[in-house]
Amino acid sequence: MFIKDYISDVYNGVTSLLKGMRKTGWYFVHPKEIITEQYPDNRATLKLADRFKGEVVMPHDENNEHTCTGCTACELACPNGTIKVVTKFETTPEGKKKKAIDALVYRLELCTMCNLCVAACPSDAIKMAPTFEHSVFDRTKLTKILNQPGSKIKEGIE
Amino acid sequence: MIQETEIIKDTTHLGDEGELVVNMGPQHPATHGVLHLVVTLNGETIKKIEPHLGYIHRSIEKMCESLTYRQFIYVTSRMDYLSSHINNLGCALLIEKGMQIEVPERAKYVRVILSELTRIASHELWLGAMAMDLGAFTPFFYAFREREMITDIMEDTCGARLTMNYIVPGGLMYDIHPDFQKKVKAFITQFKSKVTEYEDLVTNNVIFQSRTKGVGILSAEDAISYGCTGPVARASGVSCDIRKLFPYEVYDKVEFDEVIETAGDSFARYMVRVKEMNQSIRIIEQLIDNIPEGDFVGKTKNVLKLPKGEFYTRVETARGELGVYIVSEGGTTPHRIKFRSPGFSNLSALNHMAAGSKIGDLMATMGTLDLVIPDIDR
Repeated sequence: MFIKDYISDVYNGVTSLLKGMRKTGWYFVHPKEIITEQYPDNRATLKLADRFKGEVVMPHDENNEHTCTGCTACELACPNGTIKVVTKFETTPEGKKKKAIDALVYRLELCTMCNLCVAACPSDAIKMAPTFEHSVFDRTKLTKILNQPGSKIKEGIE
Repeated sequence: MIQETEIIKDTTHLGDEGELVVNMGPQHPATHGVLHLVVTLNGETIKKIEPHLGYIHRSIEKMCESLTYRQFIYVTSRMDYLSSHINNLGCALLIEKGMQIEVPERAKYVRVILSELTRIASHELWLGAMAMDLGAFTPFFYAFREREMITDIMEDTCGARLTMNYIVPGGLMYDIHPDFQKKVKAFITQFKSKVTEYEDLVTNNVIFQSRTKGVGILSAEDAISYGCTGPVARASGVSCDIRKLFPYEVYDKVEFDEVIETAGDSFARYMVRVKEMNQSIRIIEQLIDNIPEGDFVGKTKNVLKLPKGEFYTRVETARGELGVYIVSEGGTTPHRIKFRSPGFSNLSALNHMAAGSKIGDLMATMGTLDLVIPDIDR
């Protein structure tokens, strides 16, 4: 009886091993099944999903105009103080005083990409960009000012 | 030499003659994170296991007290990062229950589909990592191949692969991606054709079976008394699936079986998870073609304020029952928040399961508990 058990153990062991090896061998001769991506060699063709949350950016049009009114909704929505809105008062040609942003300070090193600021923005001034290679040599470079120098608010946005 | 005081005591007791105390972790490849186990050995036999926690404690519960009801949801992704979507769902359900927010049907369907995809992704990762703990390296790649398809779907629709933050109180953050249904169907066909590979490679493997069968036995009584939930308790024959017992969202409309095994050993826990993946596929198949048209987010007030009182909801994550408990004073932030995480209770049964067995069996027992350390420590 002992001999019988021993032989069946060996037989089962070898067959299960061969079964697994057959699967591995099948993939060995079917290189088309390989799905490995050769990053960073495939940088030119690599395309991330449109919605990928990589960093917060502020889109500007060709006249260097954005749609941020400086309402600080994003600053209030942010859970950990990543965004800081610095506002100033501009005088319009009619002589009225109007609130506008001086700088939208964004600290990438704090950001958790939760998208709450983008969801809170009433004028779609900021959005998430699908960039992901954020490494820099100096930490201070991660603190960004999102509005471009000299930019101003688009006409008609209140 | 530190002087022995009331606070600093010499706790390096070596016990009886021939006993050896081995520190496993906090940095150990098999603990999948910073788990520290103090293992008391007699030769090769385990006498006692004492888990030391707190290496990755981020005080998430305290942090949530300073965040508003919209903001605190994203932090819960960082608890059990493998089922972050289900964690977010639990918190959103509590706010919706407390404020009586109507959730559109479309959002409910998408939430359940994504929850089940998260569950499959979590079990896939567990399968690969568990097989790797037991010395099989290849299943890891095969499991990650299917998991990669799910993370691609998540990336398309939610915008992130792991910490999604796709659920907001009242619905979803944005509508599903136009390709969502097509990609999920492609995943289902791929998964169904490849799931036999796991059986060939892992389930029917003699070495795997002899290392897991009869190892780390947990009886049904012990599973209940230790508060185990999820696949760990279901492998011992305890019916504890929140989706069946207290259905939330659309789980009462879909047909699926609660997978229960009775052996209570490591192999039973393995089988429960593998069968659960097939049940998740079954749920997704029933819902994916029937996603109703309509809004993806319901009407909510701009500032959310829970009424004064205590609230509790529970959801079934990939690891077990996650309970969210909030005491509200009526303000915009929770007064006190407590998460009942499944991993903590499951880990507490480890000493009972592994004591008396050999140290090599500890890997199998610990692997099938499916521990995620940030979930235990929070």
